[in-house]
Amino acid sequence: MTEILWLVFDLTLLILLLALAWLTCATRDVMRAVTLFIAFGLLLAIVWARLNAPDLALAEAVIGAGISGALLLSSIKDYPSKQPDRKQSRVMEGMINVMTLALTGIMSWAAWHALEISDGVRLSEQVYAQVPASGVSNPVTAVLLNFRAYDTLLELAVVLVAVLTILTLNEKRPRAPEIPAALLQSMTRWMVPVLVIMAGYILWVGAHAPGGAFQAGAMLAAAMILQQLANTSMQRNINLLLVRILLVMGIFTFVLVGLWMMSLNDDFLAYEPAWSGSLILIIEAAATLSIATALTLAYMGGRPAGWENANKTRSSTAEDGEAL
Amino acid sequence: MIDALAIVSIFCGLFFFLSGSIGLLRLPDLFSRLHALAKADNVGLALITLGIILIEPDPVNDIKLVATWLLVMASSAISSHLIARHALRESRDND
Amino acid sequence: MISQQLLYTLAGIGLFGIGLRATLLQHRLLPRLLALNVCGAGVFLIFIAIAYQGARQLADPVPHALVLTGIVVAVSATAMALALGRRLEELDDE
Repeated sequence: MTEILWLVFDLTLLILLLALAWLTCATRDVMRAVTLFIAFGLLLAIVWARLNAPDLALAEAVIGAGISGALLLSSIKDYPSKQPDRKQSRVMEGMINVMTLALTGIMSWAAWHALEISDGVRLSEQVYAQVPASGVSNPVTAVLLNFRAYDTLLELAVVLVAVLTILTLNEKRPRAPEIPAALLQSMTRWMVPVLVIMAGYILWVGAHAPGGAFQAGAMLAAAMILQQLANTSMQRNINLLLVRILLVMGIFTFVLVGLWMMSLNDDFLAYEPAWSGSLILIIEAAATLSIATALTLAYMGGRPAGWENANKTRSSTAEDGEAL
Repeated sequence: MIDALAIVSIFCGLFFFLSGSIGLLRLPDLFSRLHALAKADNVGLALITLGIILIEPDPVNDIKLVATWLLVMASSAISSHLIARHALRESRDND
Repeated sequence: MISQQLLYTLAGIGLFGIGLRATLLQHRLLPRLLALNVCGAGVFLIFIAIAYQGARQLADPVPHALVLTGIVVAVSATAMALALGRRLEELDDE
């Protein structure tokens, strides 16, 4: 009986998911498509929770629906809404439809056969055997920051490269001229500290429960985005040197720990077993701050005013004084 | 007995969510839709939280669940206010 | 009865197909980015469906870590694509 109920639940969830995805891709109005995409992200978070992936549910809700939604919503007005609609030729459209359908069919058949004949041997047995020795008890954190720490290091590098591209290409998006609502400003005054405390908690608890650096970093970024939406005078008070330091602190700490461990244990990022827990926490804390800064800068859309002069000395060029 | 109460509570919460969604689809105006959504969803969430607390009472988790409900209420109130304010200004500009 | 693994894997493949079709057919940047993100969500769903071991068992944590990395990289790539698109619009206007 419970099997049938679970099957009904799964089918409802998946039909809703596919319907939302189809509507997101097939809507003409961009604003409606972005809103449907945010709803799709939240539904996907529920799917992750159903599939025993609570870390991912947290990450999808904060990053996929929250940060990504804010990013896309603030970019809608960058593009003219009355773009001429280039009509695809019917033949090309039909061919693309048929090709995609055929590809989906082949992949489904392959997945069905692969799942039937698979022998079920996984890395998970070895991973769970080694988790107690890794310094944390949350297996996902152990995999992310101990067994596959290289991947996380390169991921931080990818995020940094993306933010550097954004900073190089564009200036910060201009502020909306209207004054934000008084209710929003007073809510932000208490909501932002609550979000910061929650982010710290999620960072700390990632060692033994669902959580971790990425969820905490994205929550901090959400707090900063909220602060930006509610407080128009924040931009003039940012210490840009601090922003630059925070941006690279994650990778810097990671590589520093790796080199230090290399001097002790002859291998890059080979943690000393007694210190693994503390090392992971240090790396995660630095990564949280870096990711928060990176995502906030990505939302702002470009470099803030005075970026070029952030650490120039006073005596170099003539136009120093005006941008700061 | 407690479990039956919890199930009743969760079903009542689901009923409130359903009525809020029907209001979203069927009501004519932006303001009335916002009204239906904000009110019905908050009460629905309160009932579902009550049901979950009744099923597995654990003091730390109970505090977290109640805090979640309060934060959702606050954010939905602010969002509804901002959407309504923006819609009011737009309709005033268009007149 | 169909197993949950197979059900969710097929749903992931379906999501990927929906996103792929829309990526090829759309020609404006923002809808194309949304469709690419839907493609990515489909791929993540396939990973997590394969990692699911049963209702009361612990799931395989290696695909979870890979998908967590993937979510963060996807949002960074989306932000970079939006910045590039904005710059292209400015250059077109000049």
